[in-house]
Amino acid sequence: MTEKILTILEKNARIKTDDLANILGEDPVRVRQEVEKLESDKVICGYHTLINWDKIGQEKADALIEVKVTPQRGVGFDQVAERIWQYPEVSSIYLVSGNCDFVVLLQGKSMREIAMFVSEKLSTIDGVLSTTTQFILKKYKQEGFVVDSPRRDERQAIS
Amino acid sequence: MRDPLNSYIEKIPPSGIRKFFDMVAEMDDPEVVSLGVGEPDFDTPWHIREEGIYAITKGKTFYTANAGLMELRKEIARYTNRHYGLVYDPASEILITVGGSEAIDACFRAMLDRGDEVIIPEPCFVSYKPCAVMAGAVPVVIDLKAENEFKLQPEELEAAITDKTKVLFISYPNNPTGAVMNREDLEKIAEVVIRHDLFVLTDEIYSALNYSDEEFVSIASLPGMRDRTIVVNGFSKAFAMTGWRLGYATGPARVIKQMMKVHQFAIMCPPTLSQYAAIEALRNGEEDVEYMRNEYDQRRRFLLKRFEEMGIPCFEAKGAFYLFPCIRKFGMSSDEFAERILNEQKLAVVPGSAFGASGEGFLRISYAYSLRDLKRAVERIEAFVTELQQ
Repeated sequence: MTEKILTILEKNARIKTDDLANILGEDPVRVRQEVEKLESDKVICGYHTLINWDKIGQEKADALIEVKVTPQRGVGFDQVAERIWQYPEVSSIYLVSGNCDFVVLLQGKSMREIAMFVSEKLSTIDGVLSTTTQFILKKYKQEGFVVDSPRRDERQAIS
Repeated sequence: MRDPLNSYIEKIPPSGIRKFFDMVAEMDDPEVVSLGVGEPDFDTPWHIREEGIYAITKGKTFYTANAGLMELRKEIARYTNRHYGLVYDPASEILITVGGSEAIDACFRAMLDRGDEVIIPEPCFVSYKPCAVMAGAVPVVIDLKAENEFKLQPEELEAAITDKTKVLFISYPNNPTGAVMNREDLEKIAEVVIRHDLFVLTDEIYSALNYSDEEFVSIASLPGMRDRTIVVNGFSKAFAMTGWRLGYATGPARVIKQMMKVHQFAIMCPPTLSQYAAIEALRNGEEDVEYMRNEYDQRRRFLLKRFEEMGIPCFEAKGAFYLFPCIRKFGMSSDEFAERILNEQKLAVVPGSAFGASGEGFLRISYAYSLRDLKRAVERIEAFVTELQQ
């Protein structure tokens, strides 16, 4: 049941517990308890809303920043990572393989805010060697959802 | 001027689904929510579509063999063996057609002589009876019963057999009822078929959409049935490929050979691009089928529960993507119910009577719709029946 619940919630966080129980053919009380347990165990880390800010005329930029750092004795990358993720501007940070060490994602900020963050905060952290900032120009698909493609039911009633 | 028309064709009544949807189209109201469409709401999986595109770019735009690409026939042979334990020779026992519909038409025409009787249990999809008539045969209808969950009963079959009966037509999982017949149910039917020396045409287009705990069983796989059964299947429902128009028939070479004539002279060959896409579907599409099947199943459970909560009787349909709730207790015909709910709540559902007289008193509810649409639709049904009950 756990995996089924998670698969559904991953696509539709707003589904009501009763509906979730109905489509799984399970008891609503059990489903509610399971969801609560998944939340308290941090299997479900949070629920968030995907917003296309462009649609309401808000000019907000997203940036993907590649960060090279010097890992530190004893704590490796984790300490630098924490110094980065503590900033509320950071929406995601990942340790990656390849040409850089971290990929930091900033979402929904002004160009100026992003520039200030990179030049004044990120690049001055001890251990940060260099940063490469990439502004996101257009979003096509995010978190599994195709951005801005309203779908019409084009099926015809035939036969 | 003389009458330009063929009297057989002229006498075929228009499809009941069509009639109802013309009414919906006339309303032309964007507020109308529909649970009427009988095709998957999923797009054809991308990797399959891509094979279609590749086929175009590589210039695979010629006719194929009449029976379809050998490569595809081999894949179909593997698929039917893997899923249904049936063994067919790709060279002589598999015919690829323009959808399952063409296979049914070709089969009736190849097997039935003028005046032969073909038994068709109803409620069923709207094309079977007209196809039998167009083949010059006489359709004999069995009215299936809700108390048997719309499964064909051996005694019902026995009672319909005359000395002119040649073919029994069945289709499970069923459109419009969603009924499924398991091995035990089919064994009883097979016994009658063999005893009376009949043939079976089985439309198994929904075979991949089976939600019961038991595996789908093809009647062709039962002892003594393979050589008296033609199986029709296709890509439309399982792989969400309706518009590609691709189906197939499998059966004994003797029958397929004659069906091939009908097909070859009327159709030439199935669409080439679709055949290349279908090879990809059979080789790498099973995960997609499982994903869609699971989605349908969740919606099915959601609707069944909601009908139960609303007090609308609905047997637990275990196949296809339809429920067939009974609306008799509201004291009106299916037509009237469907028409009123369309006008009063702007919800389009197909009256059960469109699928035969025994569908009277029922509605066909398609769940080839998103959960969001289904929820909106159920709210409208609830509002409508609440008002009726007051």
